[in-house]
Amino acid sequence: MTEKLIKNDKRIDGRKLDELRPIEAMVGVLKKADGSAFFRLGDTMAIAGVYGPKKVHPRHAEEAEKAILRTKYNMAPFSTETRSRPGHNRRSTEISFVTRQAIEPVLFLEEFPKTAIDVHIEVLQANASSRCVGINAASLALADAGVPMRDLIASCSAGIVEGKKVLDISGKEDTEGELDLPIAYYPRKKAITLLQMDGLAKRSDVKQLIELAIKGCEKIYEKQKQALRKRYSLEEVMHEKEVKV
Amino acid sequence: MIGIDTDLVREIMRNKKRLDNRAADKYRKVTIETNFVTSAEGSARVRLGDTEVVAGVKMDMGEPYPDSPDEGVLSVSSEFLPLASPDFESGPPGEDSIELARVVDRAIRESKAIDFKKLCITPGEKVWMVFVDIDIIDNDGNLIDAAGLAAVAALRSAKIPDIEDEKPVFSRKGKKALPMKGIPISTTFAKIRDYIVVDPGLAESEALEARLTVGTVDSEGIKICSLQKGGTSSFTIEEIGSILETAEDKGSELRKLVK
Repeated sequence: MTEKLIKNDKRIDGRKLDELRPIEAMVGVLKKADGSAFFRLGDTMAIAGVYGPKKVHPRHAEEAEKAILRTKYNMAPFSTETRSRPGHNRRSTEISFVTRQAIEPVLFLEEFPKTAIDVHIEVLQANASSRCVGINAASLALADAGVPMRDLIASCSAGIVEGKKVLDISGKEDTEGELDLPIAYYPRKKAITLLQMDGLAKRSDVKQLIELAIKGCEKIYEKQKQALRKRYSLEEVMHEKEVKV
Repeated sequence: MIGIDTDLVREIMRNKKRLDNRAADKYRKVTIETNFVTSAEGSARVRLGDTEVVAGVKMDMGEPYPDSPDEGVLSVSSEFLPLASPDFESGPPGEDSIELARVVDRAIRESKAIDFKKLCITPGEKVWMVFVDIDIIDNDGNLIDAAGLAAVAALRSAKIPDIEDEKPVFSRKGKKALPMKGIPISTTFAKIRDYIVVDPGLAESEALEARLTVGTVDSEGIKICSLQKGGTSSFTIEEIGSILETAEDKGSELRKLVK
């Protein structure tokens, strides 16, 4: 029998069942990009850079009435225990695709016809939920780029491990757990913009997991807003000026 | 060929009506024909209205993955053939095709419908690899559900090749069926102007704002085995709740068609 992953409702990394891993969120972390952000959830971390709105290459890809949003999710070869082969694969193509659909609902793409907004997500370290961390970074980077948004998008996953519903699975919970359900959430509209699930569960359990993941997203949303306030609050700007003088 | 205007579709559906007057929870006519291709270990041709797909199962011996040395391997791919639609072009699989294959794969894998342990020949060395290839022949919308039905029907019709001199024999049909229990079914919902319908046709598939594919399986009661949201809009938790309920009913209806 292998080591139990949950004892007395405590998880192997010491977390409670409904507890997220430590969060770190920062915006404006890159010089060249129009907007950028770093997001970390425990051992999973990603950096996102936004370029645009900008001219579309190739030209035939442009749309007359709105900007096109292009997202690229990529895992660094050193981000996993065994090296991941560099370049795109079927998994990264799918994640790039669902990431775009998760973020698009909050963007005013119609304000920038015939342009492209490129979002590049680099996962530097992956220990479960890397698509969620990528989405959190991407949404912050878009805000940092000054792209008009209805809201931020927050993302995290819930899962079932040894029969218990847990928030934000990681490590062995990911490889040995029974189910993983990532979501992305549009808080002001209380709407779900990404929903995937791998695993077997009754309908009532699926609904409870979605509700649990929403609670996690609400916490992440607060951290995202804090990161933006930290960089853009008025006091901060004034403070910087004082220092310069 | 001139397509139907997306704005017009949305305008019609805003009034809770469908172009072909179907009820919101009604599938188009489904026909499933198995063992359609005899060169494959298993196969199925599925028609969903005017959408048509053919799935074939080929098997071979190969090495297991290091993290599952005593389990067979499943691989699902799909081809959006240019003959199926003026919008499909030849070339490497696009994101729609990759997503479709991965969603179909997920429903089958996560439902535990295939007993992969029984596909082990020599632990750590040799296992059966099961390749499901799905050809999209005619696109009239809702390719995921048609592909899911075809894949499962093909798997259930598949026979494991006999082994002679430690090699598989492909020149004749094997006798043993693939070890399967339960039938995973994908059901896809489209949301257009707040109207949620099952089995979107082509015009609906093009006009949809949000999409949810729900995999269900009959294993110790009905369970949900996969979810995939698509489209550039969103769902509320209430909408998802009622979709999951309908998905279980529709899954049970479609399951009866897969023998």
